Amino acid sequence: MNVQKTALYNYHKNLGAKFVPFAGYEMPIQYKDGIVKEHISTREHAGFFDVSHMGQFFLEGDDTLSDALEKIIPADLKSLKINHSKYSFLLNNNGGIIDDLIVTKNDKGFCIILNAACKENDIKQISQFLGKNHKYILNNELSLIALQGPKSVEILEKLIHGVKDLKFMTGNNFIYDGESIYVTRSGYTGEDGFEISISNNKVEKLIDFLISNKVKPVGLGARDTLRLEAGLCLYGHDLNEQINPVEANLRWAIAKKRKEVGGFNGWDKIKSLLANGSEKIRVGLKPDGKIIAREKTKIFSSDDKEIGFVTSGTFGPSVNAPVAMGYVRSEFSEIGTPIKLEVRGKKYGGKISELPFYKKSYVK
Amino acid sequence: MSEKKFSKKHEWVSLDGDIATVGITKHATEMLGDIVFVEVPDAGKAVEKEGQAAVVESTKAASDVYSPISGEITEGNKSIADDPGSVNTDPEGASWFFKLKIKNKGEFDSLMSKDEYDKFCKENPS
Repeated sequence: MNVQKTALYNYHKNLGAKFVPFAGYEMPIQYKDGIVKEHISTREHAGFFDVSHMGQFFLEGDDTLSDALEKIIPADLKSLKINHSKYSFLLNNNGGIIDDLIVTKNDKGFCIILNAACKENDIKQISQFLGKNHKYILNNELSLIALQGPKSVEILEKLIHGVKDLKFMTGNNFIYDGESIYVTRSGYTGEDGFEISISNNKVEKLIDFLISNKVKPVGLGARDTLRLEAGLCLYGHDLNEQINPVEANLRWAIAKKRKEVGGFNGWDKIKSLLANGSEKIRVGLKPDGKIIAREKTKIFSSDDKEIGFVTSGTFGPSVNAPVAMGYVRSEFSEIGTPIKLEVRGKKYGGKISELPFYKKSYVK
Repeated sequence: MSEKKFSKKHEWVSLDGDIATVGITKHATEMLGDIVFVEVPDAGKAVEKEGQAAVVESTKAASDVYSPISGEITEGNKSIADDPGSVNTDPEGASWFFKLKIKNKGEFDSLMSKDEYDKFCKENPS
C-alpha cells in the first residue's frame, strides 16, 4: 500500500516535523519543541493539529437515512438538530465497537468523522444499511484542522467572525477566503477548541494565520498525552471490536431513547449488559510515584490476583505524573481501589482513578 | 581530565582509575525526546558488557540503557530518577546514569572516540 500524505505534508516538514507511519499516512509525531512543550502550549495557549487523515464521510438522503444509520449507530439521529454533533460508535452484531466517531447533522444529511485506520471498513459496514435514495462520499478534498486550547476562540474569531457563539458540540458553515468552510466547537484534548473542515487548497493559508497568532503545531505524540489526560479513548488501544460500550464505560454515549427501545446492532447483548453490568470495565489508573504503566501492562489486585490490563499509559505533562487507562474486573473498579501494576517483571503500587485526570470546562 | 568513549548504543563512558561513569549521549536524548522516567541500578549489581543496566522512558516509549562495559555498579544516580527531565538538559554532565568498577580496561579501549561516534551517528541516522 502506498503511504499517504495529507495536504499539509510539506508544510509540516518545513516546521521541523518528525514523521511516523500512522494508519497508512506519514504523520507528524512531534515538531521541534517536542511532546511536553506542545502539550503544555495547547493547555496554556493554543495548538493546531492536522487531523486530515481522519475520514470526513458525508451522507445525504431523505428521512429514511437516519433510520438506516441508527441500525449501526446507537445515537438518536432522528432527533439530532441541524448543526449538532454527538460522540458515538459503529457497533457490530455482538455490540463490539467497530469504530468511535463524531456524527454531525447538516442540512443535507450527516457528516461522520471516522478514524483513519478504520475508515475504509467503516464505510463498508455503514453502506450495508443504506438504500438507493442514500448517497455517500468520503471527501478527500477536505483537510481537517483541530485548533485546541484556551486561546482558540479569541484567535479564530479574529479570522472567522461568529465562531465564538458556537456552543460545545455544535457547528456551522462560515465563509473564509471566499469559500464555505464548516467549523464545529469540539476536539479531543479536554480543551475548548474547534475542528475546521476546509478545502485542501485553502488550508495552508489558515495555518499561516494560526502560526502568526502564536499557535504551535502539535503532533500525534502530544495529541495522545492530551487525550489520555482528558480520559478519552483511542481506537485500536482502548476500544476495539471485542469491547462493547458498557465495558468501555461509554454507556452515556448511547442515547437515552436508544437504551430503551434498541434497534441497533448488538442490542440484545447491550440490553443485558445495561441491566446487569459487564464483567470488566474501563477505568483510570494512577501508578504511585513515577513508574509508567504502558499498554499491555498487567494489573493485579492488592492480594496479587490478575484483574486486568492497561490499554493506554504515558506520562501526563499537565498532571505531572504518570496516567493510564485499562480494563479491570468490575468488582475492582471503584475509585481509590489499590492495585498493582507489573512493569518489567516487578509489581508497583497504584490505584483506580477518576477520569478525566485533567478537567476543564467546555463552553456550553 | 578523564578520557571519554562512546558506544554504538549511544552511551558514553568516562574512566577515572578503575571507576567508569556511564550516561546516554546528547544524540540519544534528541532521538528519545522528553525524558519522563529513569530507573538506575543499585550499588552491588553486576553488569555485563552490553547487558541491560538502566531504563529510560520518554513520553513515547521505554528504552533500555546498556552498560558498554562489564563490572560492578558502585552507584546509581538517584537525582536523575527524581528529576528525569534533567537528562535532556545535561545528558553528558551532571545527568550520568551509573558508575561501575570495571574488570577489563580492554573493553573501554575498544569503544569509539568522540570523532568516531559523531561519524557513526551521521552514517546511522534514525
